[in-house]
Amino acid sequence: MNALTRSAPWRGTAWAFGKLGLSGRSLVIAIPMLWLGVFFLAPFFVLGRISLAEAIIARPPFTPLFDRAPDGTLEIIASFENFRFLLEDALYRNAYLSSIRIALVSTVFALLIGYPIAYYIARAPEPKRSILLLMVILPFWTSFLLRGYAWMGFLRTNGVINNTLMSLGIIDAPLRMMHTDVAVYIGIVYTYLPFMILPLYANLTKLDGALLEAASDLGASPTVTFLTVPLPLSLPGIVAGSMLVFIPAIGEYVIPALLGGPDTLMIGRVLWDEFFSSRDWPVASAVAIVMLFLVVAPIMWLQSVQNRRGMD
Amino acid sequence: MRGWFLPLAVAFGFIFLYAPIVSLVVFSFNESRLVTVWGGFSTRWYGELIRDRQILGSAWISLQVAFWSANLAVIVGTLGAFVLTRFGKFTGRLLLTGMITAPLVMPEVITGLSLLLLFVSMELTLGWPAGRGLTTIVIAHTTFCAAFVAVIAQTRLRQMDESLEEAARDLGAGPVRVFFDITLPVITPALVAGWLLAFTLSLDDLVIASFVSGPGASTLPMVIFSKVRLGVSPDVNALATIIIGFVLVAVIIAGWLMRRTARRM
Repeated sequence: MNALTRSAPWRGTAWAFGKLGLSGRSLVIAIPMLWLGVFFLAPFFVLGRISLAEAIIARPPFTPLFDRAPDGTLEIIASFENFRFLLEDALYRNAYLSSIRIALVSTVFALLIGYPIAYYIARAPEPKRSILLLMVILPFWTSFLLRGYAWMGFLRTNGVINNTLMSLGIIDAPLRMMHTDVAVYIGIVYTYLPFMILPLYANLTKLDGALLEAASDLGASPTVTFLTVPLPLSLPGIVAGSMLVFIPAIGEYVIPALLGGPDTLMIGRVLWDEFFSSRDWPVASAVAIVMLFLVVAPIMWLQSVQNRRGMD
Repeated sequence: MRGWFLPLAVAFGFIFLYAPIVSLVVFSFNESRLVTVWGGFSTRWYGELIRDRQILGSAWISLQVAFWSANLAVIVGTLGAFVLTRFGKFTGRLLLTGMITAPLVMPEVITGLSLLLLFVSMELTLGWPAGRGLTTIVIAHTTFCAAFVAVIAQTRLRQMDESLEEAARDLGAGPVRVFFDITLPVITPALVAGWLLAFTLSLDDLVIASFVSGPGASTLPMVIFSKVRLGVSPDVNALATIIIGFVLVAVIIAGWLMRRTARRM
């Protein structure tokens, strides 16, 4: 007998579900499955379908998928016109390429800044280690938007950096930092630095200190030791951290909108403008679908690398 | 990597992480309207904030959205995590695993746009949801917050000693009773931490809310964003300081709860 039916209040319900061929188990599975199926998976099908439609001035602003032909038969209206448009228009091509470039450059800088921090924390004694780790995670919890805003006050013409440098007499005229690609790099590195440090840290704590000692006992300089022992061993951490910075950076909207210039092209921003300013929903959907492949490709690559590593 | 290089690089890294936030907080107490020129200590911008009806109204909307999203996300996320850790094999297991982790890496612009298109299509075919506003934002936030709750709950469920549940079953408790009397009390601190995380994530979101909200339902980040796009202003600094303080307290409580349970096990 099913254990569920033993508790009296459930007996009636359980009996009814049993009659319907449903068990409590399948009901429990159904709740998260249905929610995510409807509100996470289904939207992608709608996205795909609208990317094949055409923008019209109506409510909703796109052509229907099915239409009555003059002779009364149902016909399907779908075209790949939007995707062809994306491929042919230099704006979109450049936006994709420059998103990849900005995400790559930011990832490299996040690695250069994050690696020493992760290394230092991993080799620090407790309780210093826990405190430093907490200090890395804390800024991640404050609002993305407000962290971008904080850099506006730092980078602008009469901002903190320019004022400090000028009062120290290092520069005569303020540097132009706001509304440049450099500001976007800074913003992305700043926002995603914890994502780089945490996987690196997790990887580097597993490093055996005896290996480092052995290398230096055998006469290797600290630089040679670092290049031959921790660096190759921490490669999985480097890959994981880089992915966690690169993937969200590609789709970033807030940082280029706040810190970037009018010529800072990023695909998240193009999608936003296509939707909110041009009100072209089908093209915005097509932009999103192409972006989805840009995001999925590195994840698939990472998984295949991990699977191969697992087989070795 | 010994010697001066490493500590210097680490010091630089931490200055990079904290200097902008510290300056943001310091200049919120600035008398001058020029955000980055010090004109003496004052709490004047906090006073102006309290009188700003638009900000107060949107803060109230954001708090409601965050409260309901966090509640629903804990239910959906916990059930998802429970099913994946305790139910063994079932049809659609791989699908559920994918659907529950994918929102973690999905760019917000894609999530926002695709959900909006879903809501519009549903309104056309089913008549629900009628228009967009609080309800649609709550649904959107629940979906991506549930992923974060599921990660936390899954970790806890895997660490938990399963023999407790077995013992209860052997003593004749049904699965529902085992869940409510044994599993739930053990994982509650993790769920509280998950709730707080979901709450802050929802409170923080700009992009998804901008897509799925309707007229009259502007959340706090949406109002801040429209102000900030025009440039820095001292009342935003004051608001940022309050939010940072608020989040800091939430994180400390969550961290303390997680530590306490980790020690108890």
